[in-house]
Amino acid sequence: MDWLEKFPNIDDDVLRELKKAIDEGFRAFTRAYGDAIESFFDPLQYFLIQSERFMTNTPWPIIMLLIGAIAWFASRNWKIVASALVTLALIGLFDMWDDTMKTISMIFVCTVMSIVVGIPIGVAMSRSDRLQRAINPILDVMQTMPSFVYLIPVVMLLGIGKVPGLIAVVIYAIPPIIRLTNLGIRLVDRDVLEAADAFGSSPWQRLKNVQLPLALPTIMAGINQTIMMALAMVVIASMIGVQGLGQPVLKAIANQYFTLGMFNGLAIVGIAIIFDRVSQAYGLRLQKHRQVIHG
Amino acid sequence: MADRLQHEQAQREAQRQAAHGVGIEIRGLYKLFGPNPSLHIDKARAGMSKTELNEKHGHVIGLRDINITMPAGCVQVVMGLSGSGKSTLIRHINRLIEPTAGQLLVGGTDVLAMNEADLRAFRRHRTAMVFQKFALLPHRNVLENTVYGLEIQGLPRARQVEAAMRWIERVGLKGFEDRYPNQLSGGMQQRVGLARALTNDAPILLMDEAFSALDPLIRIDMQSVLLDLQKEIKKTIVFITHDLDEALRLGDRIAILRDGEVIQQGTGQDIVLRPADDYITKFVKEVNRGRVIKVETIMEAAAGASPSRVTVLAGTLLEEAARRLTESGEQTLHVLDESGKVCGRVDMQRMVAAMVTPAGGH
Repeated sequence: MDWLEKFPNIDDDVLRELKKAIDEGFRAFTRAYGDAIESFFDPLQYFLIQSERFMTNTPWPIIMLLIGAIAWFASRNWKIVASALVTLALIGLFDMWDDTMKTISMIFVCTVMSIVVGIPIGVAMSRSDRLQRAINPILDVMQTMPSFVYLIPVVMLLGIGKVPGLIAVVIYAIPPIIRLTNLGIRLVDRDVLEAADAFGSSPWQRLKNVQLPLALPTIMAGINQTIMMALAMVVIASMIGVQGLGQPVLKAIANQYFTLGMFNGLAIVGIAIIFDRVSQAYGLRLQKHRQVIHG
Repeated sequence: MADRLQHEQAQREAQRQAAHGVGIEIRGLYKLFGPNPSLHIDKARAGMSKTELNEKHGHVIGLRDINITMPAGCVQVVMGLSGSGKSTLIRHINRLIEPTAGQLLVGGTDVLAMNEADLRAFRRHRTAMVFQKFALLPHRNVLENTVYGLEIQGLPRARQVEAAMRWIERVGLKGFEDRYPNQLSGGMQQRVGLARALTNDAPILLMDEAFSALDPLIRIDMQSVLLDLQKEIKKTIVFITHDLDEALRLGDRIAILRDGEVIQQGTGQDIVLRPADDYITKFVKEVNRGRVIKVETIMEAAAGASPSRVTVLAGTLLEEAARRLTESGEQTLHVLDESGKVCGRVDMQRMVAAMVTPAGGH
């Protein structure tokens, strides 16, 4: 009755050999192609460094003005602009300005990458049910797989630094933008699409003039989610060398500095709220013309 | 370069057809809905009933053996109740729906033989469509909606705006160019739909229950707008409706559709005076015949007689003729042909008899 007490598993030796074989295979792959892959990501590295340099080298009043202006043009709401500026001022007062700028820079690059990669994938998914069936489980894995697990191969391939951090963050944060682009396009009113066809739109004109604009509020919700998820990854990414607000938090965990952790944690919350309110207000403004004004 | 050449060619063709008009010829058109229509088309051709085909083979007949000739420059109404296949039929003309079998000629060109690029050019230059639910782009204002057809043709912006503004004004929306569709009432939204279609300046105008979603008064208003416009644009208009009054008011020719088959075609007068079956008789019973029947239809021959005090031109509707006669206090009137000669005679009793629905139908 031994097999009832303990689940009959594969022989330990076989299992060990299997793991060893996979690990060694991957290690060989890393040795053979690691450099090539690293140089493939060079432009990304450049983008990251430039963005960070801009955020940290620009005098703080200009950054404040810039963020205030972006908040204004996106939301057209003085309350949102004012609360964004107050949050930034508090962050500065508590001496977290530099780390915050590094984090904002990282989030900015991650969001741009997610949009550039995610929207085309979402569009492709909306056009083919087969592709949708193939991609959905991959997105499920990306969202549920513990991030530490895919940090391992990324670090093995690319070492420690900004680029592997960026890749880890994008893997975690890109699913909502893909899903919501797909959903938004699939929900576009069939009557309007038919009208576009009846006037002789080419597939590209259909996408550009009808599908993307009508799906934009949904896509904006996806971008908003992507930003929030990217911020949630900041602390984990700091474990593989991404600078910013994550590193002091990591230090606080290791040394039990409660206040240090709290301050930096609150700073992350603060910029999360700024990003969220601004992008949501922008999404809402895009829907302005949809609201039924005349019965 | 090739693209522009093709564009210019298409434009010249469109201009030529705008001058001469484009007729539409539908021959032996069948549409089956289901997983494998071509397999079962022969059964439908052999006359298998709709229910039998659905129960035994899981295919639904959308249209069966449709033959309609729509002359250039005329308003062809296709009338039928919901489920009769009328919206399916109009979508075949610009191939938004592919037929299972049959022929479709527009201005002599076989639409079914077109490849994707030809079809796109055909839709851009030779057809324009107005939809029941307006189908405007909600994120574009009235002007941007109206230029849509020309914008995707790649015309210079100035010409897009010029043409659009002309039609926006013509349908009575001047001053509303910057409004968004949701800021407009249903009637005004459909005016935008109409302006968008007319701006395309295509010889064929397809109108799919274009006025059905509007309030009765606004519907009649829009019908007048369309009739007025048609006097000057002389397009081939295919108009779908479920409303017989609308059909009689707008249609030079009417085809009545039931369960995917044409059960009668002809002028409004043909249909009112000689309904093909009980189904149509039932419809026609409620119609104001005085507004459909023309005087020459019921006149007695009286060629060469000297005209009496009251005369009307051939083509006058009974209601109008009766009003003139009543106002004059006379008992008979004479009908004049185009040259002004008397060709017939109608008296009051004859007129009233024709305007009253005959008892028992036929």
